[in-house]
Amino acid sequence: MNPNELTTKSTKLTPKTGYTSLLKKIGMVILYLVLIVVALVQLYPLIWLFQLSLKTNQEVFGMSPFALPQDPQWDNYIDAWTTGGINNYFLNSVWYTIVAVILTLILGSFVTFAVTRMEWKLKGFVLALFMAAYMIPLHSTLIPLFNIFNKVNLIDNPLSIIISYTTFNLPITIMILLGFYQSLPREIEEAAVMDGCSVHRIFFQITIPMTAPVLSTTAIINMIYNWNEFVFVNTFISSEKWKTITVGVNNFVGQYLTDWGAIGATLVISILPILLVYLFLSDRIIEGLAAGSVKG
Amino acid sequence: MKNVMSNKTVIALYVLPALFLVLFLIYIPMILTGYYGLMKWDGVGEMKFIGLDNYIKLVQDKLFWESTWHSILLGLFSVLSLIGYLIVSLVLASKIKGANIFRKIYIIPMLLSSVAIAQLWIKIFDPMNGLINSFLTSIGVENVPLWLADPEIALYAIFIPIVWQYAGFYIIIIYAALVNVPEELIEAARIDGANAFQIAYKIKVPLISGVLKVLVILAIVGSLKYFDLIYVMTGGGPGHATEVMASYMYKEAFGKYNFGYGSAIGFGLLVISMVATWTIQKLMKTKEDN
Repeated sequence: MNPNELTTKSTKLTPKTGYTSLLKKIGMVILYLVLIVVALVQLYPLIWLFQLSLKTNQEVFGMSPFALPQDPQWDNYIDAWTTGGINNYFLNSVWYTIVAVILTLILGSFVTFAVTRMEWKLKGFVLALFMAAYMIPLHSTLIPLFNIFNKVNLIDNPLSIIISYTTFNLPITIMILLGFYQSLPREIEEAAVMDGCSVHRIFFQITIPMTAPVLSTTAIINMIYNWNEFVFVNTFISSEKWKTITVGVNNFVGQYLTDWGAIGATLVISILPILLVYLFLSDRIIEGLAAGSVKG
Repeated sequence: MKNVMSNKTVIALYVLPALFLVLFLIYIPMILTGYYGLMKWDGVGEMKFIGLDNYIKLVQDKLFWESTWHSILLGLFSVLSLIGYLIVSLVLASKIKGANIFRKIYIIPMLLSSVAIAQLWIKIFDPMNGLINSFLTSIGVENVPLWLADPEIALYAIFIPIVWQYAGFYIIIIYAALVNVPEELIEAARIDGANAFQIAYKIKVPLISGVLKVLVILAIVGSLKYFDLIYVMTGGGPGHATEVMASYMYKEAFGKYNFGYGSAIGFGLLVISMVATWTIQKLMKTKEDN
């Protein structure tokens, strides 16, 4: 439908100005309406979820789902956080995410530095190996991964999760870092070599600080992936005490089937950290999401 | 200077840890999947070599091809919805005030976990108390659909949250490409009397065709691997109405402890993804040559 509106908007730019400017205005209004409707569709389910999280069961099952909560039930959040055990899942998610992000950034930076700054024969091949790993469907590796972790006693151990997150995020991390490293001037590093600096000092004291902007973009993207990850935790972890929020939420819903308010509260708790980060760093996140996809 | 920057010990120190991880947790498991497919194995006990039995079973397994078809259907839907995303992006890139804010709102669902999205949409689709059916009832629809519980429409219903989740992602990428189309080209066409529709169709879209091709590949390959949302929303059901390759593999292995057959399905998924990627790339190249 929109192409037609686009047409009406500016085809008749030629004579009768009064008539065309009216048409143009109507066209503009329609364009904005389209964009606003899309925005509402994207936002309303989340607003509805927030309302749901503040309702009692009587309101959920006895009244219109469009109705606002009459007396906001903040207790739903307290129930989910403590009685539902969400606090434990939440803390697990926080520390798995942080540790895995740090590891991925360090290992990814090492590789990118070695590939873009150092001279060695196999670097093209090794880089290709990292990049191609991005194309391999995770599910085609899952059963052997399970078996490997089982053999080294890492099933139901947070290490299996942290190692998996680190490894599977390396390809995209290197992909994003690579573009930045290639655009970075080498003169400072070359001068440092002349001065007799060691490679380690160059890497840690010159290169790493220079890549801080792209490192923060990559860190946020990694953080989102890890926070939202489901299948590794669902497969490798069986004890409640080691589960993350994403898997924990799923279990919670299974246990409290009819308590929609508490389910809503749990879901809000699980998505809130990401939404808060997005509120402050939306440009970085958009940039990172776009960079990771199109280069592949 | 050459010496410092080609120090073999340093290179090994920097590259080997990451390389070790990627080889042992991605590449070797990928090959092992094919190998385990030759086994009868419950996941914990001894493996028993049974030759190609699992693969022969796979090729004849109606359920596997059904789930493959569902995965392909999701891929086709995703490609079709690219047209919608393209239209919204074109509108967004037509010098709209506040384009940046729209863009930032559109992408929000993409930031959420598939599990949270699945749980939220289970509630939205709820036949009795959900958003959609309450709305339909209020405008006078009498036989409201059962959505996820109806095998005839469950797969289509699932596609709605998928579009909701990914729309913003595709839109920001198409939008970014459109914004980079040189202004002079558009101006020149306008002077030649082209209308906005012609400019969009004949200038903007061809100029961003590279990005669109990447998105087509992304949409299809991504759909073939689709798992989390479907697994949480329907578990592949009702019956096997929403079964996809990954969910079928997961249930065979971690639900029924058929790790040998599950591996064979996993290997099938790998082969199909590779073939699909390769074929689409080929097809798009020939189109360009013509």
